Amino acid sequence: MITRRKFLNAMLGVGTAGWLGSVVYPVLRYLLPPETTEAEPDTLSLGPAEQFPRGAGKIFKFGKRPVLLIRTKDGAFHALAATCTHLDCLVQYRDDMDAVWCACHGGKYDLAGRNIAGPPPKPLAQFAVKVVDGNLVLGGALT
Amino acid sequence: MKDLVLSWLDERYKLSSFLEWARHKTVPVHRWTIFYYTGGVCLFLFLVQIATGILLLMYYRVGAESSYESVRFITSQVEFGWLMRSVHSWAANLLIFFVLAHMFSIFVMRSYRSPRELSWVTGCFLLGLMMAFGFSGYLLPWNELAYFATKVGTDIVGQLPVAGGWLLKLVRGGEEVTGATLSRFFGLHVAILPAAATCLIGVHLLFVQVQGMSHGEDAKAHMPFFPNFVLRDLALWLVALNVICVLAVFFPWELGLKADALKSAPAGIKPEWYFLSQYQLLKVMPARILLVPGELWGIFLFGAAGGAVLLLPFWDSLIRARGKERWLDVLGWGALAATAALTVWGHLS
Repeated sequence: MITRRKFLNAMLGVGTAGWLGSVVYPVLRYLLPPETTEAEPDTLSLGPAEQFPRGAGKIFKFGKRPVLLIRTKDGAFHALAATCTHLDCLVQYRDDMDAVWCACHGGKYDLAGRNIAGPPPKPLAQFAVKVVDGNLVLGGALT
Repeated sequence: MKDLVLSWLDERYKLSSFLEWARHKTVPVHRWTIFYYTGGVCLFLFLVQIATGILLLMYYRVGAESSYESVRFITSQVEFGWLMRSVHSWAANLLIFFVLAHMFSIFVMRSYRSPRELSWVTGCFLLGLMMAFGFSGYLLPWNELAYFATKVGTDIVGQLPVAGGWLLKLVRGGEEVTGATLSRFFGLHVAILPAAATCLIGVHLLFVQVQGMSHGEDAKAHMPFFPNFVLRDLALWLVALNVICVLAVFFPWELGLKADALKSAPAGIKPEWYFLSQYQLLKVMPARILLVPGELWGIFLFGAAGGAVLLLPFWDSLIRARGKERWLDVLGWGALAATAALTVWGHLS
């Protein structure tokens, strides 16, 4: 048998929960930033290939993602996602190691992006890179 | 005139009852009495942070295009700006150190035991708040070190199962560490955390006041709180202020290079000393253990260790009931030694 007191207490509880929800929900939604629907580019032109020094790497923004472009000593180009798969730091090309290295926790990747040492759990994504009429062109992710 | 003002105030606010209370309050005197002062030093350092933080706010301008420049302006153009910033940074580090020292002294004295369990719990939350202060304040100069420390620190939040992605966006104000993250951290650092810390310090002190200082019943002697203990406390605060000023003058805090979202993390990058043990643990964790990424195990370990510390007063009684009091010392000193070893290793590696 539900007494009037129990019924009113239950109604009060439901009302309070509803009121709290109506306050908390808009605040939480407000705190989450809106999604930006920016179209991802297919290619990115990076200028004359010969101007890019050998044995060095540089990070470019490709859409929303930072991409590390590497030119090895023998002149070959490689493009990898620049964000370490461990904890989000930006990696760098180390000519002395002939590898990609993350200064934050010492993670190491080979030039194909494979994680070869340290804590990174996954490889870096590879991007297409080619020379068209002497210009470097970065393409979409291969992996 | 003084008497007239005092009696006018007393008539309205019963000041005499407060003085009467202060006159009767005592502090136990025993071989651990010196540890009582660590709490007072924490309070003093917090007040230094509030004061210097307000002064820094007069010139600081939040934003990816203005934060670094305004801090550089403070340290290079504003008179004594370098001093204010250095005092703020040094006092922040000393505050964490003294909160840890205060907590460890409470552990050694077993002062967290019944009826003071909630004093310990509020103290743990205060440590968490102080670390959050350190982490959020670290980003505000928007320099290279701060940028990567924030990237790593917030990514750890993002690794959490289920709500990780959602929390990451909430903390960063987007997918990446940008000016939006800076705005959030600024709000957290200058409004939310100070309000929360002030309330929690109030509750913590209220508990100490209501229950009295620990070991009062075992002590053979007591000293009056006012003026004996208060004057000793104030003398120590003066020493602390001098130490901070000497550190700030001879070892001013560097600003470093401005954050650049298209620059690799520089070699030798490391977090502040109080995050070094966690950093080193994440560094030496294998990529995967039983198919689970190493960093998740690391996060689980931090969480478990934090939970064990927070709930110490509650599981401590189980160990005591079995008459294994020595286990506590082994655990406590062992945890301290392991943390110190990881910190030194992180610093040297």
